[in-house]
Amino acid sequence: MLRKMLLGVALLGLSGMATANPYEHKLANGLKVIVKEDPRAPVAVSQIWYRAGSMDEVNGTTGVAHVLEHMMFKGTRKVPAGQFSKIIAEAGGRENAFTNHDYTAYFQQLQVDNLPLAFKLEADRMANLVLTEREFSKEIKVVMEERRMRTDDNPQSLVYEQLNAVAFGAHPYRHPVIGWMNDLENMRVEDARAWYQRWYAPNNATLVVVGDVKHDAVFRLAQKHFGALKPHALPPRKPQLEPQQRGIKEVTVKAPAKLPYVVMAYRTPVLRDAAGDWEPYALDILAGVLDGHPAARLNQSLVRESRLANEVGTGYSAISRGPGLFMIEGTPSEGKSVAELKQGIRAEIAKLQRDGVSEEELQRVKAQVVAAQVYQRDSMFYQGMLIGQMESSGMSWRDEKTLLQKLNDVTADQVREVARKYLQDDGLTIAALDPQPLETKQPSRSLTGERHAH
Amino acid sequence: MRIKRFYALWLWSALALMTAGIAHANLPIQHWQSANGARVYFVKSHGLPLLDVSVEFDAGTRRDTVEKSGLASLTSQMLDLGAGGLSEDDISRRLADVGAQLGATIDPDRAGMALRTLSGKRERTQALDLMATILQQPDFPAAALEREKARVIAALQEEDTQPGPIGQKAFQSALYGSHPYGLPGAGKTATVAQLQQQDLRDFFRRHYTSESAVIAIVGDVSQAEAASIAEQLSAGLPRANGALTPLPEVTPLPQAETVLLPHPASQSHILLGMPGISRSDPDYFPLFVGNYILGGGGFASRLTEEVREKRGLAYSVYSHFMPLAQPGPFQIALQTKRDQADEALKITLSTLNRFIDTGPTAVELRHAKQNLIGSFPLRIDSNRKILGYLSMIGYYKLPLDYLDQFAKNVDKVTLAEVKGAFKRHVDMKKMVTVIVGGDGKK
Repeated sequence: MLRKMLLGVALLGLSGMATANPYEHKLANGLKVIVKEDPRAPVAVSQIWYRAGSMDEVNGTTGVAHVLEHMMFKGTRKVPAGQFSKIIAEAGGRENAFTNHDYTAYFQQLQVDNLPLAFKLEADRMANLVLTEREFSKEIKVVMEERRMRTDDNPQSLVYEQLNAVAFGAHPYRHPVIGWMNDLENMRVEDARAWYQRWYAPNNATLVVVGDVKHDAVFRLAQKHFGALKPHALPPRKPQLEPQQRGIKEVTVKAPAKLPYVVMAYRTPVLRDAAGDWEPYALDILAGVLDGHPAARLNQSLVRESRLANEVGTGYSAISRGPGLFMIEGTPSEGKSVAELKQGIRAEIAKLQRDGVSEEELQRVKAQVVAAQVYQRDSMFYQGMLIGQMESSGMSWRDEKTLLQKLNDVTADQVREVARKYLQDDGLTIAALDPQPLETKQPSRSLTGERHAH
Repeated sequence: MRIKRFYALWLWSALALMTAGIAHANLPIQHWQSANGARVYFVKSHGLPLLDVSVEFDAGTRRDTVEKSGLASLTSQMLDLGAGGLSEDDISRRLADVGAQLGATIDPDRAGMALRTLSGKRERTQALDLMATILQQPDFPAAALEREKARVIAALQEEDTQPGPIGQKAFQSALYGSHPYGLPGAGKTATVAQLQQQDLRDFFRRHYTSESAVIAIVGDVSQAEAASIAEQLSAGLPRANGALTPLPEVTPLPQAETVLLPHPASQSHILLGMPGISRSDPDYFPLFVGNYILGGGGFASRLTEEVREKRGLAYSVYSHFMPLAQPGPFQIALQTKRDQADEALKITLSTLNRFIDTGPTAVELRHAKQNLIGSFPLRIDSNRKILGYLSMIGYYKLPLDYLDQFAKNVDKVTLAEVKGAFKRHVDMKKMVTVIVGGDGKK
């Protein structure tokens, strides 16, 4: 659940084989096109990233960004409902979409010759989506089933949802991407339509292509299919900055489960100025020191040595449109309490704040960053993801070299300094799962069987 | 009319693609045996300074017994937690120092380890030395073993409260009874608690043998280097001491069975199925293609169309054959709001019933082939995916040109073959139905 990926791990995959790679071009209507040539297989991935995620939603319509993502498969004047996916499938492609706090993205993976098909369909639904009551009324039920599956029946997801709801008081990161159930129950097709009209425009999108392509040909193809689409003015985006936190916040979630679970989330900065900032880089290395490999501090000390925990993890994402959280999660081991685990985590933090990190630890984290740079180039899809996430968060893929350099420049002193500054109770939110026993009034039953399944 | 013209144009381009897709995969696989009998599969790939290596054995969870359920999984999980005198922390640090990633792999048939490392001499040497030590001299240290047992038991207790795992375990058990495919892969709390260091040592010596090893290598090394890597990894492995005990046959279910399990979740979890086919079944391709149409092809499948698209009853519904060394499960799964469980089940059953009865249409079959053939290059577009195929080809002793022949094998499937294969393998009168949650009525 936590994003365990290091910033460096996330970013370094961008560096291409040729220095000019990737390539960027902006159409007159504002659509930014970024192409990364990768000739390793005769395929391509096309991803279109809209800079509209759940953080752009307003009161009473949480979840609408994601609902619209579902509705984008429900037809245009030219392509009837449900046909988008089938046409791609019949062309030997795979496709899907994903919504996050910061963005909504759609993708197709195809043999490279079929890239025009993806562009044609994607351009069509950027401008010509038909939203009907009939399709909406079915799809909103699907989304509610998705929420039940992902969140309502998943104790750790419920904890995470509450963590965000409590950690943020003003910023829209307090709302779940999938939306609150009551908002979904009261959502109307008009809400989805308004969202579509507000945010879906070439000047609010980035098209990313990675594959066995030539960049100039892709630029021409993009012009052919997307070039005629009209841009429109985007509404102003309110910053909704989170006020300073002035003390620890705690929340408990009761749900049917056996094991307790706790997340400790510290308010932190994220990258805003790739060249000028240094703290987010140091926080990223700090995450690696704590949890970058099985012998990193938290696992080594809390799982392996003291056996306070069955699992521990750290998450920090420096690339984000909204405010940052540095998260540490864990499951106490048998006979240990959430309180004892929290104490154990705090002791590790205190030790790091007091003694700092060794040069050896620092180099180990950096070695992993370097290796991950190569590993990620094994996946075209992932290379596209990295470009899209950067662009959607207000950074540029061009910042990559700077990011690499700055990560490599992080010193042991800086790691200790950000630990001292940010891993403090006044900016801390703690969410814990209080596991509830299952009620088993109803007996299990097996009908017509001689084998027994329970 | 406008729609039709638009659509026809695309169909044409898709067909053109299909023809292109039938061309050979052109993935030259080198294959040989190591000095002590390990089967080696190698694909050279110089695009990135990267090396992927896996070593797998006939040591998956089907080698468990009822009494020692969880032993195969725990053995694989313990391999890198102490070996050749190195502590678990030594091992983790040395791997991290060169940025290498090493992890245990396990499924019902196979278990082993997979390594990803930079292909530079320094990095790969350090990573491969560790991998060899771990595979050849695991120590199964007592303290780490006690801890890992406690972690596994805690995870199992947690799973026993969650509807997904509860349903999956009940389903496997109902399908396979006491055959090891019916055992929960990670074991049961009572059996894991009993496992001793000696059990792991014995299991390792019996199953992690050079004769059963399949070594797959993909990446930026020469064939001579690959050969020496294979020798290094296989040289110190235990030698086989006679054949492994034959496993019992998977027997067809005598009759239908419905298992209802209470749970307070907001959704009911519904699982349907029966033992399906083995990897060597002649019906493999007809079922593979047919299942795409029934429930394997996402939005192109009938189950998604009927359950999700037409009625909004579920976020996810699929059908799946898992071909294993012996007949693996055929499974349909979905989750739906508990008061809709009966309706969703009814729609699912009627969709399945109609498919078995009348088979796919010619258009559906054509579209399925277009997708499966056209998307073939996506199956082998990264080193990691190729590694997975090499390992599969090796373990199941598939022909070396399996990937080259894949498109042809899909293309020659006929309507009658799909229909016949489903009639042979999916008998609704002998189907297991598991429902976790729901209103308890039937």
